Amino acid sequence: MSNVALRVEGLGKKYRIGTHQPYNRLSEVMTGLGKSVIDLPRTMLNKSKPVPQVAEGDSNEFWALKDISFEVQEGDVVGIIGRNGAGKSTLLKILSRITEPTEGRFGVRGRISSLLEVGTGFHPELTGRENIYLSGSVLGMTRSEIKNHFDEIVDFSGVEKFLDTPVKRYSSGMQVRLGFAVAAHLKSEILIIDEVLAVGDVEFQKKCMGKMSDVARGGRTILLVSHNYRVMYKMANVVIWLNNGKLKHYDQPDAGITAYLTDISHRNRDPIASRSNNETVPVIEQIELVGCSEGIDPILESGNDVEFNITITNPLDDSYLDYIVIGISDAQGTRITTIGTHQLNDFKPLPTGVSILTCEVRNLYLPTGRYTVLVALGNKRSRNEAICNTQALSFWVDSSNFFQSGESILDGQGYLLCRSSWKWTQ
Amino acid sequence: MTDEIPVSSPAERLQQPSSPELASRASSTFDVTSDLTYYGRRSVWQSVNPREIWHYRNLIWQFALRDLKVRYRQTVIGALWAIIQPVVTMLVFGLLFSTLDGKPTRSGVPYAVTSLCGLIPWQFFGASVIAATQSISNNAQLVQKVYFPKLILPLAALLPPLVDMGIASCVLLCLMMWFGILPGLAVLSMPLILLALFLTTLGCSFWLSSINAIYRDVQYVVPFIISVGLLISPVTYELPAVAENMSPTIKFIYCLNPFANLLMATRWAILGTPFPDIVPMLVSGLLVGCMIVGGVVYFGKTERYFADRV
Repeated sequence: MSNVALRVEGLGKKYRIGTHQPYNRLSEVMTGLGKSVIDLPRTMLNKSKPVPQVAEGDSNEFWALKDISFEVQEGDVVGIIGRNGAGKSTLLKILSRITEPTEGRFGVRGRISSLLEVGTGFHPELTGRENIYLSGSVLGMTRSEIKNHFDEIVDFSGVEKFLDTPVKRYSSGMQVRLGFAVAAHLKSEILIIDEVLAVGDVEFQKKCMGKMSDVARGGRTILLVSHNYRVMYKMANVVIWLNNGKLKHYDQPDAGITAYLTDISHRNRDPIASRSNNETVPVIEQIELVGCSEGIDPILESGNDVEFNITITNPLDDSYLDYIVIGISDAQGTRITTIGTHQLNDFKPLPTGVSILTCEVRNLYLPTGRYTVLVALGNKRSRNEAICNTQALSFWVDSSNFFQSGESILDGQGYLLCRSSWKWTQ
Repeated sequence: MTDEIPVSSPAERLQQPSSPELASRASSTFDVTSDLTYYGRRSVWQSVNPREIWHYRNLIWQFALRDLKVRYRQTVIGALWAIIQPVVTMLVFGLLFSTLDGKPTRSGVPYAVTSLCGLIPWQFFGASVIAATQSISNNAQLVQKVYFPKLILPLAALLPPLVDMGIASCVLLCLMMWFGILPGLAVLSMPLILLALFLTTLGCSFWLSSINAIYRDVQYVVPFIISVGLLISPVTYELPAVAENMSPTIKFIYCLNPFANLLMATRWAILGTPFPDIVPMLVSGLLVGCMIVGGVVYFGKTERYFADRV
């Protein structure tokens, strides 16, 4: 029995940009009026010249979202991914009814609450207690709901000692905790969340994650925007990928996130060389896997040796950047390992001019999957990775021949293959 | 495990959702089941739906409470400010009229009482309209981050000045007891007159707040209009005192000012002075009615753009 909680039908949102943006001050209207009066004789004389007007489909119009249609079942946790400016926030704003769509509509079962910032409605002069009531009301809770959950909210935020202190005297961490605590006790059927998990210290983030998972398990529907793919991967069961205002993908998180990261790496890989417009810093020109099949992504076999060739141009005789790092991450963005020249005892620093650095990795014990490679230059003393190419390269690993038995490890069985020998002793 | 190695390129793979069930859900054709509440482009009446505003009454109260608390926090004499303003204005005008040797009243009621009768409603009007004008722009952060019917912002801006009016009215009552003035039966019509005052104030608030959301000039003009209005309405004087030197046409035009009628009616109800002329009062009432309806419609029309343009 699957019930539709949210149905989006052909949603689109148009913004106007550039010089024809509507006036924002009365004086601009006046000067606009004056200008048209001055221009009036000229326009009357040259009737053949059409007066420029903002027409439908003008280049000043910009569709932040176009033709978005999808359905969300009750209890789904939907992750929305996409690059900056892809329309994620616009979609959330429309669904939370803050702004209305230019076309299309959406249907909702039950109450819908949005959490686009932490501490919505907080006033710095008011005390913690007063702000709980204020923020709760702004987010759509009734008075009795707030009263019933008041102790839980205070408990969760951990600010009970400062409940009667104005919020302006709180540390920013305390404000964030109190803000999230109020929001976490929203009782609406559909919850819309934007990036708010990215605040607070690690411990509080864990607490938030736990609470969010509880909420999700409680059968409520959640729409979530986050750049943290691990969060997405853990919590979401459906992923929506927006690209330039259009729905590019609607899928299970595994496939959706992988497809999205693949796309990003393809975009980022091409212009490595073209980024070298800054002449005064070393540039990582290229990184390639040696001796691999040519294709979109090279395919490696587990347990084999791998050779990376990194081409670096160093215009300066500069010894500040003294080490090079290769980071390997899996499709969900988890760093699997980092290898670097700083791990060795005797390494020559970066030479001047164009040089190729060859790095040989013996026995890459990775299970089947897609991996991305990051290259960075850094300074050993400050441990600062200064110049970095994220996702400079990606490759696939095939582990089906690793154990020479046709067996391998399955999804969720780990990140590393180990050679082993077993022996009975009685 | 071999099937995990892509035979097709990743670029091809990403076009196909991995399960047919998801594929069907991502398509744009839907069967029509209509137990969902649909939202799309809002009409004017959806933007200013009275039932929805009633549903959000707690938020009106919370906004008003916030403004009241914030206003008097970190002040020494707090609510006394509500009394000082009308009383000082009354003293200044009383001094002014007596040094100029003018007679601002004709009814024989002590000047302190008759001018407070005008100043208290007028200051309610002024404070409400100034607060309401900025209500959308000052809460821009909120308007852009969470949904609620925006109409409740100018509505909530009315409440703190209402509290001030209540406090100041106590001073008026004390003064009336001091002078031994007892209102007649007409005082029973006070709720009706107050309602008219609220509606007039709201009508102005709807227009000004929605225009100010986009054109910030309004918030600089409004205080000026309020201070001019104090002089051209019978606030610190009684209408008969100025009407003596007016031609009937000018008097008629003067009485189109809703506050000429409102303040006269207030004094009639409390002090027993003459009731305003019926014809200009009805015409003025009609104009005010149009202004209120127009204000609500205009607010509803512009409300949709607030989040994008405020």
